[in-house]
Amino acid sequence: MNWNSWSEFFSMGGYGFYVWGSYLVSVICIAGEIWLLSNRWRTLQKSLGQRVESTIREKKNEATS
Amino acid sequence: MSINWYKYASPASFYFLAGKMIWYFSIAAAVLLIAGLYIGFFVAPTDFQQGEAYRIIFIHVPVAWMSMFLYVVMAFWAGIGLAFNTRLSSMVATAIAPTGAMFTFLALWTGAWWGKPMWGAWWVWDARLTSELILLFLYIGFMSLQAAIDDPRRADKAGAIIALVGVVNIPIIYFSVQWWNTLHQGASVSITQSPKMATAMLAGMLIMSLAAWMYSIAMILKRTRAIILERERHTTWVAELKGTKR
Amino acid sequence: MLIWVIRRDLLLAMRRQADVLTTLFFFIIVVSLFPLGVGPEMNTLRIMAPGIVWVAALLASMLSLGRMFSNDYLDGTLEQILLSPTSLSLLVLGKMFSHWLITGVPLVLMAPVLGIQYDLPFSALAVLTLSLLLGTPILSLIGAIGAALTLGLRGGGVLVSLLVLPLYIPVLIFGAGAVEASVAGLGFDAHFSLLGAFLLVSLVFAPWATAASLRISME
Repeated sequence: MNWNSWSEFFSMGGYGFYVWGSYLVSVICIAGEIWLLSNRWRTLQKSLGQRVESTIREKKNEATS
Repeated sequence: MSINWYKYASPASFYFLAGKMIWYFSIAAAVLLIAGLYIGFFVAPTDFQQGEAYRIIFIHVPVAWMSMFLYVVMAFWAGIGLAFNTRLSSMVATAIAPTGAMFTFLALWTGAWWGKPMWGAWWVWDARLTSELILLFLYIGFMSLQAAIDDPRRADKAGAIIALVGVVNIPIIYFSVQWWNTLHQGASVSITQSPKMATAMLAGMLIMSLAAWMYSIAMILKRTRAIILERERHTTWVAELKGTKR
Repeated sequence: MLIWVIRRDLLLAMRRQADVLTTLFFFIIVVSLFPLGVGPEMNTLRIMAPGIVWVAALLASMLSLGRMFSNDYLDGTLEQILLSPTSLSLLVLGKMFSHWLITGVPLVLMAPVLGIQYDLPFSALAVLTLSLLLGTPILSLIGAIGAALTLGLRGGGVLVSLLVLPLYIPVLIFGAGAVEASVAGLGFDAHFSLLGAFLLVSLVFAPWATAASLRISME
């Protein structure tokens, strides 16, 4: 085991600022990419669902009228 | 028994196959990431030269490798799409670009945060750093060109040409930047020295690279699926897909 | 056919001399602005001169890329050219050559005068002019690919800079490097050979890639 305590782990032998600075931004970027992509996916699903529903409604209207 | 691989070259069948495979790759990426970080932070010993700061290597080297590798893969699929007029390969190329650009940015960022404590400067005009920066420009050029073109097929083909021109140029650019760097020696710091790495360090780095690889595949598959839906929204199979699910 | 394309482009350029002069004056103004920003210290300026002149040449040659195909695209000539039985790559080569004659050659001729502003020695002025003579055709060749890809797009002018400037980097390094080496009293043969090699390689590939890009853009 490298670390005796949590504070030692976070200080990274005095380089904590640099080590955590680079890891933090990496986490933000990766999480951001996942979030953006799932957002895109969700809006896409929503718009597709509406389109299909509207065509079904149109067909129904055509049948009734 | 032989599998009919051509079946998966159609966007529709790829869509379903990718939907199943995304989960495997995501889980593999998560497991490898946890394992790699554990080895990197708790098993790998302190470096006698760089102290704890070297632990940035576990994120820096994997993203730098992926950034370069993804550009080549992107150019490859874009080229296939251009040569054989296959829609799916062009879509995969388009899907690779954002992930590749993000990895390039991370490679630059983590490199700077590693460089500051080690060399005393956030940025040095080293051949590798400069080439990585230019790689970011190439990714951005590819994405902005595709974004500016409304017709998706023209965007695919135009993107393929700029990606291929870029891939031909990358070795030339790297070589010329290296030449330029040696001409102006003085301020630059050599980062070519590679001391013998402990096995645990190497293992952590490789596992993190695998994690980055799995993550990229999962993201690319997911983005390709989104692109397929966006472009094929007027086809019957997409309409049926939504009709049955709802 | 090749000569016809070149003559036509030159004739059009003569009718619109303002376009040609704008590029040249842009080059002159950019180079003349640097001392105002950096300060009049001659020793610093002499070191920076090759880089400044070369970067200004890159930007000036890039500025005029938009005009390379857009006029022909708008008046329908490009469509005729695409339909003609002559090889498109050859015609594109003609357009590249006339672009170089119209924008590259004035820069080459102007460079020694601007070099004097920076107190470059005579030998370095000669090297600067020669390096531009070798390098500016490469800029026209590579730039044509970007111009063809962005043909008819909104905001094509900015986009072309994003696409083309990274690809210009080797030319910048070796073009400016040759002058720096000559100022430092070192040999510059290697720089010139490499610039020549780039020129040959882009002479082979760029017309072909530009022709493919034009076909894509005109579909």
